[in-house]
Amino acid sequence: MSQVAESAETDGSTGAGSAGSGLHLRNLRKEFAAFTAVHDLDLDVPSGSFFALLGPSGCGKTTTLRMVAGLETPTSGSIALGERDITWEKPYRRPVNTVFQNYALFPHLDIYENVAFGLRRRKRKDVEREVDAMLELVELTSQARKKPAQLSGGQQQRVALARAIINRPEVLLLDEPLGALDLKLRRSMQIEIKRIQTEVGLTFVHVTHDQEEAMTMADTVAVMNAGHIEQMGAPAELYENPQTTFVANFLGQSNLIEGTVRGRDGEDVKVDMQGTVVTIPGQRAHVAGNAGDLGWVGIRPEKVLIAEEGQVIDAPGNSIPGGVVTDVSFVGVSTQYLVRMPWGQELTVFEQNTGRRRLFAKGERVDVSWRPEYAFLLDHTQDRAAGRDEDAD
Amino acid sequence: MSPGMSPLQRMGRWIGQHLVLAGGILVLIYMFVPIFVVVLMSFNDPKSRLVYRFDGFTLQNWLNPCADAAMCSAVSRSIQIGLLATLIATVLGTMMAFALVRHRFHGRSVANLAIFLPMASPEIVLGSSLLALFVAAGFAGQLGFWTILIAHIMFCLSFVVITVRARLAGLDNNLEQAAMDLYANERQTFLRVTFPLVFPGILGAALLAFSLSFDDFIITNLNAGNTTTFPMYVWGVAQRGVPMQVNVVGTVMFVISVAIVVGVELNRRRQEKALAR
Ligand SMILES: Nc1ncnc2c1ncn2[C@@H]1O[C@H](COP(=O)(O)OP(=O)(O)OP(=O)(O)O)[C@@H](O)[C@H]1O
Ligand SMILES: [Mg+2]
Repeated sequence: MSQVAESAETDGSTGAGSAGSGLHLRNLRKEFAAFTAVHDLDLDVPSGSFFALLGPSGCGKTTTLRMVAGLETPTSGSIALGERDITWEKPYRRPVNTVFQNYALFPHLDIYENVAFGLRRRKRKDVEREVDAMLELVELTSQARKKPAQLSGGQQQRVALARAIINRPEVLLLDEPLGALDLKLRRSMQIEIKRIQTEVGLTFVHVTHDQEEAMTMADTVAVMNAGHIEQMGAPAELYENPQTTFVANFLGQSNLIEGTVRGRDGEDVKVDMQGTVVTIPGQRAHVAGNAGDLGWVGIRPEKVLIAEEGQVIDAPGNSIPGGVVTDVSFVGVSTQYLVRMPWGQELTVFEQNTGRRRLFAKGERVDVSWRPEYAFLLDHTQDRAAGRDEDAD
Repeated sequence: MSPGMSPLQRMGRWIGQHLVLAGGILVLIYMFVPIFVVVLMSFNDPKSRLVYRFDGFTLQNWLNPCADAAMCSAVSRSIQIGLLATLIATVLGTMMAFALVRHRFHGRSVANLAIFLPMASPEIVLGSSLLALFVAAGFAGQLGFWTILIAHIMFCLSFVVITVRARLAGLDNNLEQAAMDLYANERQTFLRVTFPLVFPGILGAALLAFSLSFDDFIITNLNAGNTTTFPMYVWGVAQRGVPMQVNVVGTVMFVISVAIVVGVELNRRRQEKALAR
């Protein structure tokens, strides 16, 4: 876990330095009786950014958000907005608003009054103009006098969003607001929320367990697992260079192959992977790197090239012979192969349907290879299956 | 219809098709006949002491509702006791319901069960034990308005607690947290969100409490001393012949309850219509 703390610290310094505000969690911890839902969390969300908190169900995402909103008391640690410590502030005194997991719209108030609620409590002038403008933004002007129960799921979701955004909070917390929607509506709401965030320029903390949603929407993604932050960074960085097996499996798919470290070659780490020596760039090797250590060599399925036995593949790098195709599924834009390697493991390979290469059939003997700069090396003490999608197995 | 059917067959068929409707109408008649009789009798002009026969139409009963002053004072006493008992039982019961639903305290599950006891015990048992209590406490000479009131509050309380508690338990407490998140302090959250959402339950509980109190005979009779409530008055005069004005009171009560039901329904429709715009 040392790398995690490291990355959190570096991020923290940049976050605090660039804006001087933003949301900062320090050693935030929450225990429920004997169960620790959130473990000493360190998190910095730069002001104006779209931050995604991604993790499987029950990993403590909602609990974290509730502590930021003031609806749950932390066991220890602190929460600050810029310089201001709000750890013990009442929820109604925090410039933070929440879009709840189940919306929590007031059933006895109409849409207009739901949206106006926060402004009225703060005795703001111009409520009417602001509410009208907000309903316009979320395209609900014609529904203003309906009760929440009379709206569709997507409309309710937009009301929940409008009701929170209208207050221009320093931080907007979104707790899986799209969880209840069907795929198509989900996609359009993702674009909508992103558009609104760009338009109003607020800091969004978006909780989700959908990795695609997190990667498409957020500037920064923090992957959370069992109350810890596993890794944090830009979506591409997390995807291309995962630091733990959990991140490698939870964010997309990975082939993790057991190997033994041979030693360092300048920046690179040489690993004996089941008889083939492969090279992994130093900044992608997340192990101590002593000769003789075991490790997981990771490679994304779409980075693996597949070719006829003995054929030279264009990737000048780690080439491993002796594979047999055991499964072919044609998806349209791509083809997914399962290739059984000589040491018995099945690797997943995605190949784009460019038409330039032929399809391989089940039972064919093939070689696989990948460019060294795409592989990564992970700590062998971590569970190879951590974070893997159950139904993908 | 097919031409070869006899009128009898046709009638049989019609009845078969409309059996449910006919049944429904019969049940409604069954339910409303007593009320209809009360309304009718309130216009009765009895020629003899046989007060249960309709002899002629008159407005006298309505123009002189207090011909028997004892009846009017009994009615007014019943209303006073009903309103006071309703007010106190509703306030107390609502607070108890909040405590039972919202707070974790020692003996909470016991309290939740104990609340049912007064509802489950026979009235005659409750009434006589209350009487024993009052007498033992030295209030034998003071039985009357206040002892009736105490008794009524006691048995209304359970009904209020149970009605309000059901409403409160069904309330999503995310809503209160959402209000707090949207800058409402504790008081505003209660006034703007919690109370309006629980209010229908409280209103229902209050109506129930009033009708229970106004109606009660057994417990009241045991703890009333020389005081007379409306049900006790009617019971007392029933042997000699009930004055027609009792029917006037009955009709008025009926009209008020119909008005409440219709009012609630109209209000609901009005809101729905406003929403449909
Ligand atoms: N009030 C509570 N008392 C006891 N345990 C709790 C409480 N609230 C949450 N937990 C536990 O804390 C853990 C984290 O819960 P949390 O609601 O934060 O998960 P989550 O990441 O939001 O999951 P999901 O994606 O399913 O919403 C869970 O294991 C849950 O059982
Ligand atoms: Mg959650």
